[in-house]
Amino acid sequence: MFYRRAGIRHTSYETDSRVLPIPFERRLLGLLVVLALTAPAWLPDLYFSGYLLPWIIWSAAALSLNVLMGWAGQVHLGFASVMAVGAYASVHLVRAGVPFVLALVGAGLAAALVGSIFGVPAVRVKGLYLAVSTLALQYVVDWVLVHVPAISGGAQATLQVPAPHLLGWELASDSARYYLAFAWCSAVALFTLNMRRTALGRAFVAVREKDYAAEVIGVNTYRYKALAFWISSFLGGVTGAVLAFAYYRVVTPEQFSLDVSIQVAAMVITGGLHSVVGSYFGAGFVLLAPIFLDRFLRAGATLLDVAVPSTTLAQLPLVLYGGLIVGFLLIEPLGLAKVYDNVRNYFLVWPFGYARKSGLGR
Amino acid sequence: MTDIYARLAYPAELAANGALLGLMYALVALGIVLVYKSSAVANLAHGSLVMLGAFVTWAITTHLRFPLGLALVAAVLVMAAVGAGIERLALRRMAGQPLIMILMLTLGLEIMLRGLAPAIWGAGSKPFSIGISQDPFFVGALLINRVYLAGGALALVLMLLLMLLFHTRLGVVLRAVSDDYVASWSVGISVERAIGLTWAIAGGLATLAGAVWASVQGIDWTLSLLLLKALAVAILGGLDSIGGAVVAGLLVGVLESVISGYLDPLVGGGTKEVVAAVVILLTILFKPHGLFGREIIERV
Repeated sequence: MFYRRAGIRHTSYETDSRVLPIPFERRLLGLLVVLALTAPAWLPDLYFSGYLLPWIIWSAAALSLNVLMGWAGQVHLGFASVMAVGAYASVHLVRAGVPFVLALVGAGLAAALVGSIFGVPAVRVKGLYLAVSTLALQYVVDWVLVHVPAISGGAQATLQVPAPHLLGWELASDSARYYLAFAWCSAVALFTLNMRRTALGRAFVAVREKDYAAEVIGVNTYRYKALAFWISSFLGGVTGAVLAFAYYRVVTPEQFSLDVSIQVAAMVITGGLHSVVGSYFGAGFVLLAPIFLDRFLRAGATLLDVAVPSTTLAQLPLVLYGGLIVGFLLIEPLGLAKVYDNVRNYFLVWPFGYARKSGLGR
Repeated sequence: MTDIYARLAYPAELAANGALLGLMYALVALGIVLVYKSSAVANLAHGSLVMLGAFVTWAITTHLRFPLGLALVAAVLVMAAVGAGIERLALRRMAGQPLIMILMLTLGLEIMLRGLAPAIWGAGSKPFSIGISQDPFFVGALLINRVYLAGGALALVLMLLLMLLFHTRLGVVLRAVSDDYVASWSVGISVERAIGLTWAIAGGLATLAGAVWASVQGIDWTLSLLLLKALAVAILGGLDSIGGAVVAGLLVGVLESVISGYLDPLVGGGTKEVVAAVVILLTILFKPHGLFGREIIERV
């Protein structure tokens, strides 16, 4: 979804600035929304609350990080810590009696504050130094969460999340919480989709491509890098809160560890930088691939009657998951979004193969 | 008088052991520095290369029953091949890609190796010894860990050797490559071979670091967590300075040991983990290129 068609030059401003320029994609998106909205009715419970719900929420997380990594071109390897700030802030706010919606905003603001503090090194350094400083942010936040009992209740503590109340209704059932997550995820997706059409999005892209060149044409690099950190952290904080309220129901520091940060970054990369549909693909891939790989391996081991030690079996999904990240980067660096794009471009001109022959698909 | 000595003995002991530990961190950091120096790639998989090196050494001593010295040599060779293989199969194909991709690739390798070694050799922690007794060793009133002493000494020797290497003909080639790819190419240096070679050396160094660290904490996947400490050391010293790694290693080691020695009882442990992170943040805030790193000035 969400690309401009190749080889079409004479378009009106209206068609060009549409969120979804291709009619087929509009229809596809409509179908997907209908399917997603009716999912509680027809999807088996395990798939619904075990796979679909986390997928939706993690997609929102990947989209939030994509604003930073895909649009503004900054590296962030500690995104889970930002989400942790949001989750903890919202839980404490709701427990203190703040209405749920305001708590969500508060979560976003708290995460944006912390994220921006650590964004300060970001506007001075880039690339590797930035990556490592965000890695350090992850460690510092982890440490604070574990060692400040006022926040987490102590090292081994789990913090119960109260049921969210929205406009007087209690969101008690799985499907109610799913709709909450879906609404938030759609909001983030719409925001990112629209960024393409705004000066903000264009400025981010300029900063990403060459920051000093952007400075030359009058984009305040400093401001936009800080803004990218602010926006992305805000979205990430709210996503963290939604994750805590709609899916986890209890919060512990381990839910937001370094591995989780790397997972979110992997979602953005395998999905495709700077792509909305890619974030969905990437989140689904990274989240569900280990589960299915694990099942597949166990089934294969019993089918072939090979006695694989259980520790080996426990480690193999990790190996394959790392291998998939490496494989994607080597074979298709633009991620699953590019794979989708290739397929779609092929069918857009089907049965004429010139998109492929002319190399436009690459 | 004795009162002051008694009071100073504790921090001095912490500092001395911390300094040795820091040299061992520097040994890990050396691999990162070396690769960064030659190819400007930050190898976030170095932690798991260290872990893999320890596992390989252990496997050679237990399965093939090599004596320790020979096993180390064999493991260094195997890991040099692994390092060169990673460069050949993965990094070389990523040339010209954005930095995020390259960082993510090394992270992917880290995840993969972190799962692979325990999957092959089992997840339980394995004891490992490089033949140094655990008996206490006293310098005056200070209790020094013998393993730390050996590790620190080994780190120093290896760093000296590396510095010497950079003054040989080969070292000049490597320095030329790290300065400017295109210029090295045009004077007939095989840049790929030079970078492959640094990866091989980094793999070998990772093995030695792994063996030393394994004798301190045993062999399991947690060895790969040395990455953060090594990154802190590498960044504080300046990513492309070998001498800087030594100084930064000493600094980080002493800081970590003394701070955690005094703070741990107050906050309930775990300060060791966060010292390295704080060092990274402060370095990047105040002196992004580290103590001895070269500042690269970009021109439009």
